[in-house]
Amino acid sequence: MSDAMSQPDRAHAPVPYSLPSHLTSDPRRRPDPATRELAHGLGWFSIGLGLTEVAFGSAIARWLGMPRAAPVIQAYGVRELIQGAGILGSRDPTPWISARVAGDALDIATVLPGLEGHNPRKDNVLIALVALVGVTAIDVICAQNLSGAPLNPSQKIRQDYRRRSGFRRPSKAMRGAARDFKPPPDIIGPEAMRPWTLTNA
Amino acid sequence: MRALVWHGTEDIRCDTVPDPKIEDERDAIIKVTICAICGSDLHLYDHVMPGMEKGDVMGHEFMGEVVETGKGVNGALRKGERIVVPFTIICGECDQCKRGYFSVCKRSNRNKHIADKVFGHTTAGLFGYTHLTGGYQGGQAEYVRVPFADKTHIKVPEHLSDEQVLFLGDIFPTGWQAAVQADIQPTDTVAIWGAGPVGQMTLRSALLLGAKQVVCIDSVPERLEMARAGGAITVDNAQESVVERLNELTDGKGPEKCIDAVGMEAHSPRALEHAYDRLKQAVMLESDRAAVLREMIYVCRPAGIISIPGVYGGLVDKMPMGALMNKGLTIRTGQTHVNRWTDDLVKRIDDGQIDPSFVITHRVRLDQGPEMYKTFRDKKDNCIKVVLRP
Repeated sequence: MSDAMSQPDRAHAPVPYSLPSHLTSDPRRRPDPATRELAHGLGWFSIGLGLTEVAFGSAIARWLGMPRAAPVIQAYGVRELIQGAGILGSRDPTPWISARVAGDALDIATVLPGLEGHNPRKDNVLIALVALVGVTAIDVICAQNLSGAPLNPSQKIRQDYRRRSGFRRPSKAMRGAARDFKPPPDIIGPEAMRPWTLTNA
Repeated sequence: MRALVWHGTEDIRCDTVPDPKIEDERDAIIKVTICAICGSDLHLYDHVMPGMEKGDVMGHEFMGEVVETGKGVNGALRKGERIVVPFTIICGECDQCKRGYFSVCKRSNRNKHIADKVFGHTTAGLFGYTHLTGGYQGGQAEYVRVPFADKTHIKVPEHLSDEQVLFLGDIFPTGWQAAVQADIQPTDTVAIWGAGPVGQMTLRSALLLGAKQVVCIDSVPERLEMARAGGAITVDNAQESVVERLNELTDGKGPEKCIDAVGMEAHSPRALEHAYDRLKQAVMLESDRAAVLREMIYVCRPAGIISIPGVYGGLVDKMPMGALMNKGLTIRTGQTHVNRWTDDLVKRIDDGQIDPSFVITHRVRLDQGPEMYKTFRDKKDNCIKVVLRP
């Protein structure tokens, strides 16, 4: 019997809340779908940015008025590629998104000196900084949502919940058990909107 | 007495507050034996539902023993009697109550003037659910004053346990009404968004009422597990497209009946849509997130029915009225007319057709309530339904 009513002592049985956490959860987090999609998007963004930085590191450095930073930007490109692969390839992207936040800080620290001295491309540096701050904010939100997400249920919990049908008999056998109930006409769909076959039955 | 008291956003505390007293001759005082945290309490916890004031006692799903009655209760209740209290307070005498539309009772909301302004006309008073619905103290407490107690109660057989009957006060009749108003036929596919406590009750009600197939949509693994236990086909909206899967399950026609058991704090699985709704909410351009409503209207079969037991409080944005109108969809919604269904549902529990206590995952003391609000809201520790014992 797969129901709650066949277990008379269930009310006094241990409940998940009283069990140690290693029995109630597995260590993987399960973020909400929007956060998962955001992390996925950031993974592809990392790949795209990484490829751009590796291929056009010198051009980016010149655009920023910091030509000597070209090898650093290319190295950051490699970092982005690794992070992107990590986010897209791992079952739990949380550490990789956190790594992106650290990388963002590094990027800002690298670009910031471009505002000092006689750099003729300070405007470009400002544009880059605004973009970096925006991306950092998104990374931080994503990292926070991921690290605050609940853990997956353990097999023990899954088995427990799988037994909670609430029915005395298997759920298939309960289909239509309340067909004796006569829905009040004022509560069901308006007569005019009911299928023709029903109203004429 | 001890009670769970609202102090602000995400701030609920177990405080000592004055004991309730008889204020009207139709009042009764109940000693609470067991109460629960409802999903709609989370809208107050997150403070997306306006109208709460510091010091309000939470809770609208509770039962207990009658310890005192006013003169006007006229023998409808006796001291020592065990009752479940419906979350909607009803006078039983106004024309809405007489028609069985208890959740829009015209007399029980003592802040009728506010509700009249906000909604156009008042709805019933509710326990522990904002000053818009009367500002009545709630049931997550040791004692509660029940107004119009001669009508606002559900009598339950002694041999049924508290946990078996507690949910007659809210989530079970809410799920039942959601399914009934969808006018379920034996050929119907019923799609239910949300596998929380109301979703679980709704899907079982739809199955009992004879739907051909019941599909439940959520992204929380343990909730989907429990939905499958109740006989539903599940769709994990974190992993697959809801629209594609529902069309696949219905030969491309879409489900005839769609039920929103999520409400105003819906999370769209699409990051951009969710970010858009959160942004509009943050700048007060909308109060409720309509991600589930949009998806239901889009996927529902033309001439189908949309049933909304999920709680909404204010305004939504980007409602696809074109699809709604052109597809000829019928929307049925409302707070639950609890007492309209409970006589029948008590019998179904008594006959062993269903035991609503299956949904309880956490049993704790009242003083553990504040931390359980957070656990329940964040879906941590596999939490689906919390029962508190004062």
